[in-house]
Amino acid sequence: MSAALFIEQVFNGLQFGVMLFLMSAGLTLIFGVMGLINLAHGALYMVGAFAAAAVSAATGSFLLALMGALAASAVAGVLVEVIVIRRLYARDHLDQVLATFALILIFSEGTRWVFGSFPLYLDVPAALAGPVMLPFGIAYPAYRLAIIGIGLVVAAALFFLIAGTRVGMRIRAGESDREMIGALGVNISALYTGVFALGAALAGFAGALVGAIQSVQVGMGEPVLILAFVTIVIGGIGSIRGAFVGALLVGLTDTLGRVLLPILFSAVMEPSAAATVGGALASMAIYILMALVLLFKPTGLYGGAA
Amino acid sequence: MRREAIFNTALWLGLLAYPVWAWLGDEPYQITLATRVAILALAGVGLNIALGLGGLVSLGHAMFFGIGGYAAGILASHAQSYTPLYDGAFTIEGTQNMLVIWLVAVVAAGLVALVTGALSLRTSGVYFIMITLAFGQMFYYFTISWPAYGGEDGLSIYVRNWFPGLNTLDPLTFFLICFSILSLALLLSWRIAGSAFGLALNAARQNEDRVRAVGIEPYRLRLVAFVISGAITGLAGALYADLNRFVSPTMFSWQLSGEIMVFVILGGVARLFGPVAGAALFILLEEVLGGVSDYWHIWLGVLLLIVVLFARGGLIGLIAGQGTGQATGQRKRAGGADD
Repeated sequence: MSAALFIEQVFNGLQFGVMLFLMSAGLTLIFGVMGLINLAHGALYMVGAFAAAAVSAATGSFLLALMGALAASAVAGVLVEVIVIRRLYARDHLDQVLATFALILIFSEGTRWVFGSFPLYLDVPAALAGPVMLPFGIAYPAYRLAIIGIGLVVAAALFFLIAGTRVGMRIRAGESDREMIGALGVNISALYTGVFALGAALAGFAGALVGAIQSVQVGMGEPVLILAFVTIVIGGIGSIRGAFVGALLVGLTDTLGRVLLPILFSAVMEPSAAATVGGALASMAIYILMALVLLFKPTGLYGGAA
Repeated sequence: MRREAIFNTALWLGLLAYPVWAWLGDEPYQITLATRVAILALAGVGLNIALGLGGLVSLGHAMFFGIGGYAAGILASHAQSYTPLYDGAFTIEGTQNMLVIWLVAVVAAGLVALVTGALSLRTSGVYFIMITLAFGQMFYYFTISWPAYGGEDGLSIYVRNWFPGLNTLDPLTFFLICFSILSLALLLSWRIAGSAFGLALNAARQNEDRVRAVGIEPYRLRLVAFVISGAITGLAGALYADLNRFVSPTMFSWQLSGEIMVFVILGGVARLFGPVAGAALFILLEEVLGGVSDYWHIWLGVLLLIVVLFARGGLIGLIAGQGTGQATGQRKRAGGADD
C-alpha cells in the first residue's frame, strides 16, 4: 500500500473519530453529571440528521441546515429531559436503560411515520464539494477535512466551556457533589436540563455533519451510539478527555483495521481467504481493543478508581 | 404470594391450552404464535436469572440467542449438504438431531458467556451494560462479515430438525417440545432461586459488601449465573431457528437484546413467570396493535415508559401485588463504579 493511501485512511480515521467524539462527549457528560445512561442519544443524532435534511431540502442552505439540526436536537433534548429523563435520575440503571430504550422505539417509529422509510439525502455544500490537494500529492475530500476541523474546534470549545467558564465550573461541581451546589443556590434542575440539551445538540450536530456523507435514515443513530459506548468505556466514563482519546483510538483502529488487516493476512494466506479473515477480524477490532483496555484498566484509560 | 401462584398456574395452563384449542379449530398460525411466546419466554427465563436474581443488567443477551440459533443453523446446513463440519485428524459431521443441536447450542452459548462474562463482570453498573451491549454487537458484525454461513443473508434450514420418535413438522408437536423445555427451565430457575447459590446471588445483588464480609466472592457467583443464563437463552435461540427454519445476523441485533429485557420487565422482574407473562403480552400487543397500525412500536414504547415510570412490578406486580422477590428498588446498586 502506498503512503498516500495510508495517509488518506488516517484522515478518514480521524474524521470518524472526531464525529464519535461529538457523540461520546454528550453521553459521558450526561453520565458524569447526572449519573444517567442514555440509550436515546442515538435518537437525538438521528433527529439532527433529519432536521438538517428537511431544512436543506426547504432552503437549500447547508449552514441553515446545520442551525436547524442544532436547534431541533436541542429542543428535542429539552423536551425529553423535562418529560421523561428528569424522573429517572434517582432510579437505578435498569430503569434508565428501559425508559431510554422506550424512547428509541418512540423516536424511530415516529420519524418513520413522519418521513417514511426511504432514506433522505443531504448534499455536501458546494464550496466544500471538491477535493483539496495536500502535500505529497494527496487529494482529500474538502468536506471530510472540514469535519475534522469543525470537530477539533468544537472539542476545544467544549474543553474551554468545562474548564474555563462559570457554567463549566457548575457542571464540574454537579459532577462531584450535586447536593452541595444545590444548597449553594445553583438551580440544579435547570443545570441538568442545560447539560442534557448540550449533549443532545452535540449529537444532533454530529448527525447533520455525517448525514451529508452517508444517507439519512431511521435507525442510523444506534450503531453510532454503540460505538460511542465503546469509546467512553475505553476512555473512562465521565471523562471528556477520555472520550476524546477513546474516540480517536476507536476511529483510527476501525478505519485502519479494515484496510490493513486484509493486507496483513495476505502475507500468510491466499488473497480471498485473507480478505475474509481480515475483514471479519477488522469488524471485531474495536471490541477487542475494548476488551484489552478492560483487562488492564477496568475503569477505562481516564476513569477514576472503581 | 398465593395470588402469584394462582396467576402462574393460570398462565401456564393458558399457554398450554391455547394451541390445543387452535389445533382443534385448525388454525396453525395461532399455534405458531404460542410457540413463539414459549421460545421468547425461554430466552427471558434465561435473562431473568442474570437480571432478576443477580442484578446483572445484560444488554447483550441476543448474543447467546444468536449463538444458539447459528449452532442449529450450521449443524443442520452441513447435514443437509452432507459436508463434514470439520475434516482433519477426525471428522465432525453436521446433524439434524435436535438433542445433539441443543447440547451444542447450550455448550457454545455457555462458553461464550463464560468468556464475555469473565471480562464484563470485572466491571459493574453502567460499564457492564455498555460492555455486554458491545460484545453482542461484535458478534453481530462478525456474522455479517463472515461469508461461510450466509453472511448478511442468513442461513436456511430446509427441513425442520428431527427429534427421536416425534414428528417435529407437526406444529402442535413442535409447540409441545418448546413448551416442555420452557417448563423445565422454569423449574430449574425456581430451584436455583431457592438454592444456597440463588440466595447468595440474591444477597450479592442486595449488598455486595456484606456478602464479601461473610466470605463469599460475588464475582464467581455472578459468573456462574451469567453462564447458566446465557446457556438457557442459547437453547431458546436453537429452538427459534427451528421455528423459523432460518437464522440471520438479526438474531444477534441489540434490538433483540432490548426486547428480551422488555419481556422480563413487562412481566415483572425477578418473578418466576415474569418472562412468560411479558412474552405473551408482547406477542399479543404485536398482533393487536400491529394489525391496527404499522407503527405499533410507538405504542409499545409508550407502554414500556408507563410501566417503567409508574408500574414497576410489571404485569404480575399489578395482578399479584408486591412479592418478596422484588428486584432493584429505587436505589442504585451499591459498589458500582458510577456512584
